[in-house]
This record gives sequence, C-alpha cells and structure tokens, in this order.
Amino acid sequence: MKETPLSNCERRFLLRAIEEKKRLDGRQTYDYRNIKITFGTDYGCCIVELGKTRVLGQVSCELVSPKLNRATEGILFFNLELSQMAAPAFEPGRQSDLLVKLNRLLERCLRNSKCIDTESLCVVAGEKVWQIRVDLHLLNHDGNIIDAASIAAIVALCHFRRPDVSVQGDEVTLYTPEERDPVPLSIHHMPICVSFAFFQQGTYLLVDPNEREERVMDGLLVIAMNKHREICTIQSSGGIMLLKDQVLRCSKIAGVKVMEITELIQKALENDQKVRKEGGKFGFAESIANQRITAFKMEKAPIDTSDVEEKAEEIISEAEPPSEVVSKPVLWTPGTAQIGEGIENSWGDLEDSEKEDDDEGGSDEAIILDSIKMDTGVGISNIGSQDAPIVLSDSEEEEMIILEPDKNPKKIRTQTISATQEKAPSKKSVKKRRKKRATN
Amino acid sequence: MEGAMQNEAKIRAESKTESGPRGPGCSLRHFACEQNLLSRPDGSASFLQGDTSVLAGVYGPAEVKVSKEIFNKATLEVILRPKTGLPGVAEKSRERLIRNTCEAVVLGALHPRTSITVVLQVVSDAGSLLACCLNAACMALVDAGVPMRALFCGVTCALDSGGTLMLDPTAKQEKEARAVLTFALDSVERKLLMSTTKGLYSDAELQQCLAAAQTASQHVFRFYRESLQRRYSKS
Repeated sequence: MKETPLSNCERRFLLRAIEEKKRLDGRQTYDYRNIKITFGTDYGCCIVELGKTRVLGQVSCELVSPKLNRATEGILFFNLELSQMAAPAFEPGRQSDLLVKLNRLLERCLRNSKCIDTESLCVVAGEKVWQIRVDLHLLNHDGNIIDAASIAAIVALCHFRRPDVSVQGDEVTLYTPEERDPVPLSIHHMPICVSFAFFQQGTYLLVDPNEREERVMDGLLVIAMNKHREICTIQSSGGIMLLKDQVLRCSKIAGVKVMEITELIQKALENDQKVRKEGGKFGFAESIANQRITAFKMEKAPIDTSDVEEKAEEIISEAEPPSEVVSKPVLWTPGTAQIGEGIENSWGDLEDSEKEDDDEGGSDEAIILDSIKMDTGVGISNIGSQDAPIVLSDSEEEEMIILEPDKNPKKIRTQTISATQEKAPSKKSVKKRRKKRATN
Repeated sequence: MEGAMQNEAKIRAESKTESGPRGPGCSLRHFACEQNLLSRPDGSASFLQGDTSVLAGVYGPAEVKVSKEIFNKATLEVILRPKTGLPGVAEKSRERLIRNTCEAVVLGALHPRTSITVVLQVVSDAGSLLACCLNAACMALVDAGVPMRALFCGVTCALDSGGTLMLDPTAKQEKEARAVLTFALDSVERKLLMSTTKGLYSDAELQQCLAAAQTASQHVFRFYRESLQRRYSKS
C-alpha cells in the first residue's frame, strides 16, 4: 500500500502553525511526548511508547565463537524492523533507505559508544563468547522512530539477564535460571537519541517531531548523549546548513532531555525489579489499563470437560465404521511389497461384467460367456478375496508376472489354474497366462 | 430420602474423582484483550492468554497490488512476525493456517479488488501461540470492521503421556505433551474451520479434544461478546 501524500494546504497549514510557535498536539517547541515503558514477563522484553509511536524491544543471547580479530570480546547485534503493522507503506522484507539509516544510527549510538562492556561477555577467549542480539520491532509509526528505538534498545539491554556460566579448567557449565540466578549485562552508560527537526532552512526548530511534522521538515539533527552530557553520536541529515550556535543550543537541550529520560528509565527498571522481587504480578497483562473502555480482562475460567468422553464416544459410534483395510502387505521379493489388489473389489459385480463385455465383445465366445457371466463375477470376487490377483484384461498383464517363484507363486499358479479350469472366463486371458508360464 | 441424598453425594464424589486428575488442566488461563490501541492500522488488538501475548493490526479493505488482485473477491494476506530473528518456515506455515481460517469467515466477495492485510506480532510466547494468534486476528478484524459471516477462535488442547487432556497449555505443558492439537472454531455453529495437530493420538482422543475445544470456545466467544459490549457501551 502506498503512503497517502500530504496535500499542499495541509503542508502550508503545518508550516504556518510552526511559524506561530504552535504544534498540532498542543506541545511547546521543546516538549517531548509522553513516554511509557512496560516490561514483558521474560527478561529483556519491553515496549516503549513515545506518544503514539510504539517500539517492541527484545534482547536474546547465544554462545558463539568470537570474531578472529577480537578474540576476547562478545558480539553485539542490533536489528530494527519496520513492520507493516507500523505503517501501510512499509513493505515486509525490503531494506528501505530509512531502515538502513536507522539501523546504522542505532549501531553507532549503542555499539560504537561502548556503552556495553563486551569483554565481560567473553567465556573462553578465542572460543566462546556471548552474542547479544537486540531485536526492535516498530509497532506503530507516529514519527521520531529513532528516539523511541534507542530508548527501547537501552531499556531492553538494562532489563536483560543472561544465564550464568562457570569455567573450571576446560569445562564450561551453563546454568539454567532455576539453578543460578541469571546475571545482568554490565552497562557503562546509557546513550539516548534526541531528534531535532528544522523548518524553513533552520529558522524554526522542534524537539521530538511527530509524523506530520517529519513530513514537512527540511532537516533533522540527531544527537545521542548520555546523562554525563557526553555526546555519543551526532548526525545531521536532510541537507541543511546549521550554524555552530544552533548545534550548541541543540546539544544543551539534548542534555536536559536525556537527563529526564534516563531518570524515567531508571524508575521504570526499579519498579519492575521491585515487583518481581516481591513476587507480584508483572508482564504486559498488568500494564493494560483496566479503566479503558477498549480493554477487557477475564479471570482464569474452569471448563467442564466431564462429558467430553461420552460425546466423543457418541460421535464415534454414530460414525460409519472405517472400511476394512488389509494392512498386511504381500512380500513378493525382498524389496518389493504389494498392498491392495488382494482386497475385495468395491466396484461391484456390475463393473466386472461390463469389463468382461468389453474384453469379449468381439470374440466368438460371447454367447457362452453371457450364460455364465453371473457365475464369473462371483468367482472373481471369491478369488479376489484370496491374495491371488487375477486380472482379466489382457492389456498389461505382462507386468503381473512374478519373477521369483519361491513359495507364493506356486500357490498362485495352482489357484490360477483352478480358477481358469473352473470358470474359464475367457480364452484370451487363459492363453495369455499360458504364454506367461512359458516365459517363466 | 436421606439415603437418596447420600447416594447422590456418593455419585458426585465418584464423578469428582473421575474428573479429578484432569481437573487442573481443564481451564483456560486468564484472558485479556485491548482493541484499537494502534493509531495507524484500521483495526488493531492485543490479545493475552496467560503470559502468551500477540499484537495484531489489520489494514483493509484497501488498495491492492495489481499482481495480487483477485477480480471477484478481496485478497487476504497474513503476516506473522516472530519476536527474535527473521521469519522462518514455522511462521510461514502458521501464516497459511491463519489465512485459511480467515478466508473461511471473511466475506471477501463484498470487497472485490481490494486487499485485507493482517499483521501479527508475537509479543511473548508461553504456549498456545497459534490459538492466541487466531484470537488476536479475529479481534483485530472485528475492530477494523471487516465483514465476516462468523467470528472465530482458536483453542489448543494437549494430551500428556497418561492421556490427560489439557486445555490452553503453557509452554512447559506443550513440551511434555504427547500430542498438541489446535482447532479453529466458528461462533455460529461451533464448526471446525481449521485443525492442526502434532504427535500421536487415537481417533477417540481426537473427538474428545474437539468436544473439549467446542466447550472452551463458548467461553472464548462469551469473552469476545463481553469485551465488545463493554467497548460499545455508552458509559
């Protein structure tokens, strides 16, 4: 699905509003939207909401062999995905420019700033290190993806606990969460991205642009900073020239915002830890607001399944019994088995006689055969129930030849003989059979 | 009179001991659902069954790619995204099961040459994931206002080595189970829309699981009804 384009009057309206220092959602120039952080039941899982923008973060770990040139360092891997759920224009499985840009920025912000001690992720130097994978899914796109994603990534990393490992000599033991408490990652600092949107060639500036504002902006400046006011990454995009003063002013604003957000993150993490320690309820189910009209909860519901057995029996007894299937395969030679053929013909006698008619239509014995037709039908089905295949049609009889006469064939032969003698269904087939015996 | 009472009590006790071993397994975990929580999709729902949680978003009926256009009905697309890593074969097969279920109930003929896209995101997997996906998809379709001939729900049953039947199993129960059966049922006649099974079971057990799923589906549909009633209530 294509993105709905922004109309000219909408664009003009937005820009005019920005000139008048007004924003559509009633915020001031430097205001952030509300940030809400919720945690899942398992470690390293969180959802960050920045206004209506929503990002799901999940951290996972795996033991892998390290990179050759970095034998004592663990591996960090970031992957931001723009799901189609977030906006209809995002196509699944396509690496768009925006996605590449965001992923790169995230890597620079979190990996290159060395906020995570990768050396502590080493288990056996040169052999086994932890690979930490951060998966971020954008669930709803309402502007400023990078800020929400960077918060989600750092929160998930802070919340994550990896299984404990011990090394004794050459032996590496991995402990399950039941045996030993999982250990948190060692995090030096928390870099957080703050976005600034510029309008009218840098005359106007807005913090935390929403989706509409992003569409009419001229340029974007992203500053990643930690609470010690150290800049981790800075990126300007969109092709606008910024003055030195503007950048300095932005970095000052970023410092304040980062302080606020870091405080919020720490509070959220403490809260979650407290609840977990006390053994209270946690997870996404608890974060659903109960008073909201769109939300509804149901407690554990017992289900009466005492009548299930009777019901099942009833259905089975009502159902038609399955047709008897001979599951015993006939073993002709080692490596070849035959299933079927020995089963009674379910097509009935009528077809058999018709077939005969076709076979014998042109032959002289038609009249004689007619008189004993009924007999033949019965005879065939009788023989058929034993496992000697008698095929009346002369078309592909050669294929029925049994090449290795061990014990079975003799019996069959006698049967065929008796059958032919008894009923003599057709001269042709008898002839054929004689021929067959001759070839044998 | 007293004797009869005693007799009755005895019968009750007996039936209790009979259903005793599978008493604890035969319950649905707590359910929670929130609709319309995302602003971009036309309909969205988050469905929780115990600790299993799935988020669903629905776009549609909307513009369709020419290559996917069907001239007499809507093109239904289901995308399932795992929590970690890239979608693999397991996700593809689930997508197909969910799509087939949705196709059976969505009245696509009312919107020819359009696309209906259901995007599902696994938020946490603690057992009965496919059932939860189906429930989330249904609630999101309802929220988007897509016309359907019936609602549908997913119910998972597990049979352990002793033949005990469990409804809505957790991840641990699923792992230990001898067979895991997932059914999709419609709300009108409680008919089977989809079934997928794993493991060994007899035909009697299949019928038992189906009957149990039908009983459980009543609870799920009651939950749907109550949550929708609350949503469209005036207060």
